[in-house]
Amino acid sequence: MMKQNKLTKSTFSIYAAFVYIILYMPIVVLIIFSFNDSTINAVWQGFTLKWYVGLFDNKEVLEAMWNTIVIGVISSLISTMIGTLAAVGMYKYNFKGKTVLDGMLYVPIIIPEIVMGIALLMFFSQFKAIFPLGTLTLILAHITFSISYVVVVVRARLEGFDRSLEEAAMDLGANQLETFVKVTLPIIMPGIVAGALLAFTLSVDDVIISFFVSGPGSTTLPLKIFSMVRFGVTPEINALSTIMLVVTLTIAVLSEKIRMKFSK
Amino acid sequence: MKNELGRKKDAGPLWTLSPVVLWLLAFLTVPFIIVIIMSFLTRGVYGQVEYTFSGEGYLRLLNSTYIKILVNSLKISLFTTALCLIFGYPFAYYIAKAPKKYRALLLMLIVIPFWTNSLIRTYAWITLLRTEGIINSYLIKLGLISNPIQMLYTDGVVLLGLVYTLFPFMVLPLYASIDNVDKAYLEAASDLGAPPVKTFLKVTLPLTMPGIVAGCLLVYIPTLGLFFIPDLMGGSKIMLISNLIKNQFLTARDWPFGSAISIVVIMITFVFIGVYFKLSGNKRAEVI
Repeated sequence: MMKQNKLTKSTFSIYAAFVYIILYMPIVVLIIFSFNDSTINAVWQGFTLKWYVGLFDNKEVLEAMWNTIVIGVISSLISTMIGTLAAVGMYKYNFKGKTVLDGMLYVPIIIPEIVMGIALLMFFSQFKAIFPLGTLTLILAHITFSISYVVVVVRARLEGFDRSLEEAAMDLGANQLETFVKVTLPIIMPGIVAGALLAFTLSVDDVIISFFVSGPGSTTLPLKIFSMVRFGVTPEINALSTIMLVVTLTIAVLSEKIRMKFSK
Repeated sequence: MKNELGRKKDAGPLWTLSPVVLWLLAFLTVPFIIVIIMSFLTRGVYGQVEYTFSGEGYLRLLNSTYIKILVNSLKISLFTTALCLIFGYPFAYYIAKAPKKYRALLLMLIVIPFWTNSLIRTYAWITLLRTEGIINSYLIKLGLISNPIQMLYTDGVVLLGLVYTLFPFMVLPLYASIDNVDKAYLEAASDLGAPPVKTFLKVTLPLTMPGIVAGCLLVYIPTLGLFFIPDLMGGSKIMLISNLIKNQFLTARDWPFGSAISIVVIMITFVFIGVYFKLSGNKRAEVI
């Protein structure tokens, strides 16, 4: 009995190790080969940084990088503000139509992205004069799908929040705004920061929705990678992908750490 | 909300909720209403939209070519979901039963690839699998094969790409529900003499049903939208519903037809979410 137990245990462990290897293999290989000194890219020839150097001479890539950062920063700031307010409102108040709003907040998370992409594309082209496809429409679209995620993260933080603290502040004569700024806000701050970082990564990472709402003059890094891949595979794309991997991973791990640290 | 305002007692709901309500109305509700209206309009000769009502978009979907694409997409999504479940369950089980101090790390290791851009992960597979790719190059160099093996542009590889991308969506809810199973039930079953396999089938599996259903939902729905995986890994040979929608908007410029297909995709999504609510008995989608 004991022996059999041990056997199943080690089988399980081997299986899990195998899954982890499969999960990481493509990513690790991609990173390693971005330093490969060979144009055909398939067999290791020696270490080089030339693909990275090449990227920084590439005007289109630099422009896409800049766009990605601008869109990411603006959309995460706005979605965090709207999302935080919404999470607080949903947590504190009961009102008619709360279930409807709740459902609406889940729509961007649940619906296939492609449908949201085309819906926004049609909406923007219906009002072309106000929303010409470009950086603005990318920002608006990213805010729309990020809000829901911010609400989810901030709400999770609010669930563990002790309401009596707010009541105490009010009893001591603080008005609503003061209570919010001095008591509620600091307590839910970790959730807000995690939400903002999440919104930023979602924005930097988005392919499908951006694909539909980007204009001729506005490319983001994932879209740039998409069009580069379609023209063929070069080590430059490996380098660009590696940069994106490192950036999004850093932010994601950071936001996860903040969330885990404070959500206990 | 109106009541609260009327009493002028608490403007909180107005301040906190009106931004999100306005935003969602403008950029979610209105766009979706446009999709619905568009799906009943007609495409003009030059790809413009004509404002004459018709159900033509939906009728065209009944054409056998499109039915085939739809059925094929649903099938590939089903396979993807099934494979994720088969590979994911033992894996999630392993993490849930791992010593507590390692669990956070093991989970983190699952979340990390999930955080990295799915397009980039797809591209990483392409560098491995293509004819001049890393696997073929090394196989030739080692003398194991003399001609490269064609691996890309097959159904199998599209499945691989989808399973790889969506795997964490299956594992996380499975982990949560396996972790939730009360040990007392398992002990009771084994005290009553049930062998491990029977305990698993009769106790663990039914108790983790909500996780299974949530995981399947979280995998199934995105498969309908990930157009770049069949695009890049399947070449032009494999046409899924997402590619069809994309082509209607970008190549064929038939927005009414593209909208009709999208509405069908939304309805399929809602059916699955409905099934999820029914099976899990949850009132909210507490899956993320």
